Amino acid sequence: MSSDTVLEVENLSVDIAVPAGTLHAVSNLSLQVEQGETLCIVGESGCGKSITSLAIMNLLPRKAKLTADKLALEDRDLLSMSESEFAKLRGDRIGMIFQDPMTSLNPVFRIGDQLEEVYIQHGKGGRKEARERAEFLLEKVGIVAPTERLSQYPHQLSGGLRQRMMIAMTLMCDPALIIADEPTTALDVTMQAQTLNLLRSLQKEFNAGLILITHDLGVVARMADRVMVMYAGRAVEIGSAEEVFDMPTHPYTQGLIDCIPVPGRTEPGSKLGSIRGIVPALVGDLDGCMFRNRCDHVSDPCLSGDIGLTEISAGRAYRCHLSPEESKNKLSVEGAACP
Amino acid sequence: MNQLMGQFGHPDSDAVPALECRNVGRTFMIKKGMFAEKQPLKAVQEVSLQVNRGEVLAIVGESGCGKTTLAKMLLGLLEPTTGEILLDGVPINSVSIKDIARKVQPVFQDPYSSLNPRKTIEQIISLPLKVHEIGSKESRRARVEEYMRLVGLPKRLVHSYPNQLSGGQRQRVAIARALIMEPKIVVCDEPTSALDVSVQAHILNLLQDLRKELNLTYAFISHDLAVVEHLADWVAVMYLGRLIEFGKAIDIFNNPKHPYTRALLDSVLTPDASLGLPEITLGRGLPNPLSPPSGCYFHPRCPDAKEQCSAEQPALIENEDRLIECHLYK
Repeated sequence: MSSDTVLEVENLSVDIAVPAGTLHAVSNLSLQVEQGETLCIVGESGCGKSITSLAIMNLLPRKAKLTADKLALEDRDLLSMSESEFAKLRGDRIGMIFQDPMTSLNPVFRIGDQLEEVYIQHGKGGRKEARERAEFLLEKVGIVAPTERLSQYPHQLSGGLRQRMMIAMTLMCDPALIIADEPTTALDVTMQAQTLNLLRSLQKEFNAGLILITHDLGVVARMADRVMVMYAGRAVEIGSAEEVFDMPTHPYTQGLIDCIPVPGRTEPGSKLGSIRGIVPALVGDLDGCMFRNRCDHVSDPCLSGDIGLTEISAGRAYRCHLSPEESKNKLSVEGAACP
Repeated sequence: MNQLMGQFGHPDSDAVPALECRNVGRTFMIKKGMFAEKQPLKAVQEVSLQVNRGEVLAIVGESGCGKTTLAKMLLGLLEPTTGEILLDGVPINSVSIKDIARKVQPVFQDPYSSLNPRKTIEQIISLPLKVHEIGSKESRRARVEEYMRLVGLPKRLVHSYPNQLSGGQRQRVAIARALIMEPKIVVCDEPTSALDVSVQAHILNLLQDLRKELNLTYAFISHDLAVVEHLADWVAVMYLGRLIEFGKAIDIFNNPKHPYTRALLDSVLTPDASLGLPEITLGRGLPNPLSPPSGCYFHPRCPDAKEQCSAEQPALIENEDRLIECHLYK
């Protein structure tokens, strides 16, 4: 683990007890986030991306069981940490931005009180320093007249402003890691680009690691340094944004990219590519490739056994039986058929 | 104005448009506080547009721009305070709500909340037939099965409840329910924004196929411009209740003229890893519709605003291939 690594996760699994058995929400997931780096986790609902973030923050539901070989934030072992130690960590070293700014701020407290509370709670200083820090950060997130804004209540702010408040709140204690779960899904398109720009520039300025969880491939392509595509609780493809978008290696990644209409690339009115079938149930014993029922390139080795991650180059891996050359040939032919 | 609209983009002007809005406006009276006077909120103002049979009209804009209010008026659920809406040349307020429902049907955004959880799929899809007292129980059952096949729902789901279905399947139920009355116009209010991308592709493909098969007209409300570009023939851009640009989708996407339309298109994030994030110059959010800015509503956010823009409201004029409301174009 290099000194720049903020978060290191090795073989994380989350199992949830459900009436029908055990639900394997996340299976053998490994990831690393460096200082100032953006890792995007992308996948559809139920793929385990939000559960992963909750696992890192130790906010899993009670019924969930976490196992991991390693879970470390800035060289501190999170696995052996007590709940009270974790509580000190959250909001201090790890900041979280949730999807819906309407519900993640407390409606009965002033914005200022909510921002300052984080700072004071973590023993960074008194009320005066907290207020100064809040005003400083509000200016950073581009809010004019920060003093007035701090004395307002959440309902007096628009959605875009509220999400900026959330970003400011996350930065109050100068965290090492920011986890943003669909931070712009609830915003208008015009606000989306502005909010993402802001998040990116501040993350670089504060040199924090960022895990951005989203289902929007456009956001991933524009924001990510590295991308992890998740399917059925597993990482199916990892690589830099360029590698993953320009040369997807896993059939699922290719399928996702073909699914979305892109101005200038897809012919208006043409048929969009689609992934047949539905996501498999993750309850009980899982065997073989989880994507096999929806894949066009399925063969005998896909049906059983454990399909591991194949590393192509440093930081680039995928979970599929096709060799990189095979997948390149097969997927590019398919891609050409439905541009 | 109406004359202008009449020639606009329709070579065979004899054909009666499937849907036409003439100067449509809707004002709500809003009370701010217990003793305050009621204030008018102009949710939609002077919107004029038309679509022919079999075409797709997309209505785009930020939240609060009046697109859903307009959709409700098209469905006959809200009455316009000014202007009139014509379906096949017949004013909407001259026919009963039941007759409107035979011509126009909605598909809503969230298939999780728009289907009654205590009714079976058959009951949900056949409800419009029951309300309109069409056919016997057996013939209704046959028709439900026919429409389930049409939208790609397996027959075995006929007695299932919505909670047993996936999001995509639920949206198919909503589409089947909308189509069973054989409407000419379907108003789709963000039909795919609650769905995953792979499911969205299925639903968009289905909507396209149904349009060709049944010669349907769609009024498609969306904030996802990539989807709009893919689906629409005509695009109406709305800002704070006003129609600011209207034209063929291909023209608007290739050459957006209004500064707001340009900003909207700039903010579309295509999945291209070689590009960074776009710089959006629209500083602030949408102004308060209770006290809209003077002159052009867009001038406080407009990068090309001139002196005239804050003083004088521009009129909707014809400019080459489209209608536009901006002082930059004469």
